Amino acid sequence: MLAYVLKRTGAAIATLVAASIVIFIFIHLIPGDPIYVMLGDEATPEQVEALRIRLGYDQPIYVQYFYWAGNVLRGDLGTSIFFQEPVTLIIRDGAETSLLLATVTMVWIVALGVPVGVLAAIRQGTWIDQGLSGIAMLLASIPTFWVGLYLILIFAANLGWLPSSGYPSIFEEGGLSNLRYLLLPSLTLAAPNAALILRLTRASMLDVAKEDYVRTARSKGIRPYRVVLRHILRNALLAVVSAFGFTFAALISEAVVTETVFALPGIGRMVVQSILRRDYPVIQGVILVIVCLYLVINLLVDISYRYLDPRVDLE
Amino acid sequence: MTTKLRSFLSVFAARPVALLGLVYLVTIVTVALGADVIAPYAPEAIEPINRLSPPSWGHLFGTDHFGRDTFSRVLHGSRLALLIGVGVVSFALATGVPIGIVSALFPRLGRVLMRMVDVMMAFPSLLLALGLIVILGQSVANAILAIGVIYLTTTARITYGVTLRLREETYVEAARSMGASTVWMIRRHILPNMISPLLVQASFVFAFAQLGAASLDFLGLGAPPEIPSWGNMLAESRIYITRAPWLLFYPGLMIVLTAFSLNLVGDVLRDRLDPRFREMLSNRQRR
Repeated sequence: MLAYVLKRTGAAIATLVAASIVIFIFIHLIPGDPIYVMLGDEATPEQVEALRIRLGYDQPIYVQYFYWAGNVLRGDLGTSIFFQEPVTLIIRDGAETSLLLATVTMVWIVALGVPVGVLAAIRQGTWIDQGLSGIAMLLASIPTFWVGLYLILIFAANLGWLPSSGYPSIFEEGGLSNLRYLLLPSLTLAAPNAALILRLTRASMLDVAKEDYVRTARSKGIRPYRVVLRHILRNALLAVVSAFGFTFAALISEAVVTETVFALPGIGRMVVQSILRRDYPVIQGVILVIVCLYLVINLLVDISYRYLDPRVDLE
Repeated sequence: MTTKLRSFLSVFAARPVALLGLVYLVTIVTVALGADVIAPYAPEAIEPINRLSPPSWGHLFGTDHFGRDTFSRVLHGSRLALLIGVGVVSFALATGVPIGIVSALFPRLGRVLMRMVDVMMAFPSLLLALGLIVILGQSVANAILAIGVIYLTTTARITYGVTLRLREETYVEAARSMGASTVWMIRRHILPNMISPLLVQASFVFAFAQLGAASLDFLGLGAPPEIPSWGNMLAESRIYITRAPWLLFYPGLMIVLTAFSLNLVGDVLRDRLDPRFREMLSNRQRR
């Protein structure tokens, strides 16, 4: 087990290093000189040259990479051109919104996707199953922002039950009741992913139901609901756990759009705005953090999967 | 060929909903080809006097903030939707299939290539696409490329898996021991066996390309704003949603119906697939 953990961790670190090189090269391929973005159009050539040397942009690209990577390892992701603030601070400011949004969304996904998937599986072939599977496929075919705009139109603009945009921190006035700002965004974000988990739960329940030990359990006379819960569901959830890394990646992409629709002060919206503003240090830093998070989550999923089912070697 | 076509259609006869999907897709292709003839107005014709007018007999789907006919624009939008779909699928297949086959047949090179695919998959798909567009500039071709790169990775992985399975088959083994060249083996044994799994993959990629393109359009980094794409229409309608909800409804509905139909068709084709390959094309598609 320890050897396995070390091997997977090593692979994840290697991927992270490779990804950091990709990010660095990516940023340097973007047309337009960041020095001019920083100084504005009125800068004199002397000022430009001075800043270029001060930031180390006159060095060869691999020197710049090691310089940047060294700073990152010390916890310095650089300074935002637009805000003139450390990137780590900007990420910290957006982290509350994004992490809470992700957590609430995950609760929806598990609470809706798994039970409904079980229901579809035990009613396999009936109109209930076909209906639920159809709805799941429909939800996976809807653009996230369209769902979001409709929820705003219905629940914020017409009914006036919920706020349509923004999110004040739960540490500010209003406290936990500020979570209502995240209700519509989290439902928007959960819809396609709950559908995915629903389909996955159903498919893997049906797979496990074919196993010999399920037949044995049934023939021993164990009550049907116990067979479903103890023998089928517990094993079927393994496949669902392995999909969480995958779901997380989809979640980030969709969070970028969702945070934009609901004007949430999160990391996803920050990335899009920074891309539009050509704020390179922020793009670089945020994407690196996101990739890192993705790799850590996948690593934890792989390790817990191996722990839960020692027969599996994911290599 | 006719028997093949008949067996293809018989699959759909067993699943009437999927047949509806297929009919919808044929309709969309027809509409895209004949948009100039079918659409009552030119997509960019403005009628300032009829700004934001609700659906009526004159304007079936209402008009937008310039008084442009939404129905005509929706019909013209199908062209870009199909162009994006065909473009993304072609790009993903043209790059992913060779990478997958080569990786499976030459393990040493394969380890490096598949590792690179892993690295690319560590980036959230939409951020990868946004980054590519910032580097390449905003255009329809670059939107296709940026979304295509996302599906290059999944296509390469699936091709890799399928080729590994095929390589173990007795007939491939036999051909190799008789001295068949690699190119011959790929052409004779590997590619023909890969058509069905790739067809399934293509229909899912086509579906998700619609959603990806719509997201890019919505963020203002997809097709240039003067092009009547469904995503652009939704992005423009955003500030009028309470005054003119029909602007939000019709283009969105088209995206949903198109993606849903493609998913239905892909699902039916997958159920017909060789069970050895089915697992690789599971529900865990990348969005």
